[in-house]
Amino acid sequence: MNENLAIDVRHLVKRFGDRSAVNDIDIAMPRGEVWGFLGPNGSGKTTTIRMICGLLNISDGAGETLGFDIRRHPEEIKARTGYMTQHFSFWEDLTIRENIEFVGRLYGLSDLRGTVDRTIEQLGMTHRQKQLAGELSGGWKQRLALAAVTMHNPQLLLLDEPTAGVDPQARRDFWDEIHKLSTQGMTVLVSTHYMDEAERCDHIVYLANGRKMAEGTVQQIIDRSGLVTFRGEGTGVRRLASDLKQKAGAAHVAYFGAALHVSSTDRQAISRMIDDEGRTDVTWNEVRPSLEDAFIALMKEAGEDQRLHH
Amino acid sequence: MNNISTSLRRVGAVFVKELVQMRRDRLTFGMMFGIPILQLILFGYAINTDPKNLPTALLIGEQTPVIRTLIAGLENSGYYDIVLQADDPAASEALLASGQVAFVVSIPAGFTKQLVRGERPQMLIEADASDPAAASNAIARAEAIVSRALHHELQRGPLSHLASQPPPVELIIHARYNPEGKSSYNIVPGLLGVILTMTLVMITAMAMTREVERGTMENLLAMPVNPAEVMIGKITPYVLVGSVQTAVILIAANLLFSVPFAGPIWLLLAGTCIFMFANLALGFTFSTIARSQMQAMQLTFFFFLPSILLSGFMFPFRGMPGWAQILGEALPLTHFLRIVRGVMLKGADLGQLHAPILSICLFTAVIMTVALLRYRRTLD
Repeated sequence: MNENLAIDVRHLVKRFGDRSAVNDIDIAMPRGEVWGFLGPNGSGKTTTIRMICGLLNISDGAGETLGFDIRRHPEEIKARTGYMTQHFSFWEDLTIRENIEFVGRLYGLSDLRGTVDRTIEQLGMTHRQKQLAGELSGGWKQRLALAAVTMHNPQLLLLDEPTAGVDPQARRDFWDEIHKLSTQGMTVLVSTHYMDEAERCDHIVYLANGRKMAEGTVQQIIDRSGLVTFRGEGTGVRRLASDLKQKAGAAHVAYFGAALHVSSTDRQAISRMIDDEGRTDVTWNEVRPSLEDAFIALMKEAGEDQRLHH
Repeated sequence: MNNISTSLRRVGAVFVKELVQMRRDRLTFGMMFGIPILQLILFGYAINTDPKNLPTALLIGEQTPVIRTLIAGLENSGYYDIVLQADDPAASEALLASGQVAFVVSIPAGFTKQLVRGERPQMLIEADASDPAAASNAIARAEAIVSRALHHELQRGPLSHLASQPPPVELIIHARYNPEGKSSYNIVPGLLGVILTMTLVMITAMAMTREVERGTMENLLAMPVNPAEVMIGKITPYVLVGSVQTAVILIAANLLFSVPFAGPIWLLLAGTCIFMFANLALGFTFSTIARSQMQAMQLTFFFFLPSILLSGFMFPFRGMPGWAQILGEALPLTHFLRIVRGVMLKGADLGQLHAPILSICLFTAVIMTVALLRYRRTLD
């Protein structure tokens, strides 16, 4: 067991019936970092997070969270962890203040009143603390949830797609908050579908079909993918896309805004494809592959899309 | 015309969608088809408002052929089922109070001699009238049954000249515990049990299921609170609700319905506590089975209907066939009714009510075991 690791799980397996949702996952996450969990829906992100914080029994494997065995000491882990669920899971028929007070009482906070006052003030909700949580907009609900799961100063914060369905400004504010918590020493593991959010993480773990496909910094993941990417721009792009997708073979074709990215590990194959097209209304340039290009390649590598739920 | 046909098509689309959803919710599907058939057969055969073969104790001071004839006549009527002989009035009183027998027939020593002398001896039938409906037919026919039994005896022998003078026996009937035969004396205490069953089972089942349905269960489980703490914390408010209901019903029973309160109040309160606990445990168990509040509600009703029909609340318990009585014995309300009616109407004490109290405890123990086996500390 390594004292410097906030999460240290080995060969984690979770089976539901005869289907395995998580298959042989290792994670060794140092304290104090911000890690991103990426992967398509149904890739096992939520299941893994739930096992890490003791919400699901593990079928196989072993591990410690914050130094506590995830099989034997889930209560110790829960007391030191903040877990924000994918869907808003606070009580919509309680007011903002009542929700925060309830959480504070469960964690047995000293100076409950003061802590609750401070939390609500930091949220900027002092004047609406008597409003029912169910009446809040998506962005405010997320902020309330984040405030509630961090008020006991957890060492580890687990956020499951915290910004799903939240507007871009609220997303940026939310991430500013995450970085602030991180500078205060909190370890943060966040699952997301957004590339810009992934790029704000110190380290990325990419899951697909319950398996860990890749991990590292953004740069490492791109470098290891060994991809060559060409970017096509111009008015003919739209007509070109479906043609290219049919011929793509080992290459991946994807839109980035109005432009088309064609990526492959085989430079010559791409060159040949582009030359063959020979359209004059599309201009091609080689660009640095983005994280998304790398993920598209990883997803293809993982084989058929086997998403089964969500 | 076109509008109507497109509208019909949309109605059809909703109709098909509804059928698909109905079929997918298996519990609801079962509730709609399996359960009603089960209930139809169950209640159709079980309920009988003219109970026969009511257990009867004898307290007789002498053994003579006339008395044997009399007893045979009672038994042949179909209403009285002589189950035992009591030794003294105190013993027969206890049998009646504990509900072991519905009637005590007392024939004093010297009865035969007086009868022969034409002195119209007294014969006493004490009936447990705490449920007036259960006892009424047997009481109403008692006079005729006795007369007919003796008629044979008197006509056959040398005493036939006495037969023409009716009636040869002075039959005294004591409708015990509820001499005026007021239904409210029986129903109002019973309602205490019915209301507690209804509210406590349903509210507990729904309160737990709501957390699951709304996704807040995941949040609760992620925080440092263990299931036992959640359970106790969630159930306690409903214990308060049940206590208030009990107080209201008991006060109303006294002020509005003038129901007597013969026994010790502590015994009733203790019995009510145990009974509330049984219902809360059952509600909690339902919440571990149901996946939505809707299902929790259905399970509650599935339990509630037999509780009303087979417990002796609405229809005489002894009127039901044996198999239905066995089912009834499995319901906590059956036992609670014995406690509440026993204490309030009959002034029964702990010694006479230990059987129903232990039965409710046993029910609770079984249900709690099921609940704890089914309850999960994780989201698995």
